[in-house]
Amino acid sequence: MQTRRETMARSAAVALMLAGAGVLPARAQSAWAKAAFEGKSIDDVIKGLGIAKPVESKDIVFTAPDIAENGAVVPIAASSALPGVKRIAFLVEKNPTTLAGIFEFTEAVETNVKTRIKMGQTSNVLAVAIMGDGKVLYAQKEVKVTLGGCGG
Amino acid sequence: MSDPMRIRAQVQGGGAVVRVLMSHEMETGQRKDAAGKTIPAWHITEVVAALNGRPVLTAQWGTAIAKNPFTEFVVKGAKAGDRISISWTDNRGDKRTDEATVA
Repeated sequence: MQTRRETMARSAAVALMLAGAGVLPARAQSAWAKAAFEGKSIDDVIKGLGIAKPVESKDIVFTAPDIAENGAVVPIAASSALPGVKRIAFLVEKNPTTLAGIFEFTEAVETNVKTRIKMGQTSNVLAVAIMGDGKVLYAQKEVKVTLGGCGG
Repeated sequence: MSDPMRIRAQVQGGGAVVRVLMSHEMETGQRKDAAGKTIPAWHITEVVAALNGRPVLTAQWGTAIAKNPFTEFVVKGAKAGDRISISWTDNRGDKRTDEATVA
């Protein structure tokens, strides 16, 4: 006979496994993607998110300035006309921690998001799109920073 | 308690363009204060945007999102009068939710 406590523990374990496998949407995961956010290189972030190796794609439209006068506020935008983009992550290659943020879309929003990030120095910035079928596409652009946004 | 967010949602084409300006320090944990002590990271970790109470966009943020974060996105099929709410949680466990009406 299974006690209620055992059942609970088991379903929690299953939920964790599913979450780890990316089956559940990020909303259902209680934890913030800590491993990915602590990553110090693009490879660390890919490993932390547990996603496939990104392939460069023209279908991801990534907009960032050529030169950012102030690294503390760098406007960036990513969009795609492709169906099935589930998440877009923004990565700054040379920041102390590479991953800036992850946006997760539902059917009710367009695959189109704008935000502002901080950059410590001139670096490649990547918009990485994670598709529903597990494919990972990216677009990148080098942004020159004349005044850093990290440290002082 | 943090200051309210500024949310603007405007009908454009078949949906609504939502612009959000949050008020948050977004401290990176990289900076040092005058005494040379590292200022601990303090930043928004999770954001949820909802249309009429139903979540439509979620985000996880690290320290590299700019201070007083700005985000813009497009909600399909939103009409004038619909409610857009934005909630955030930071790494200290603070939360804030603000709401706007699509115009």
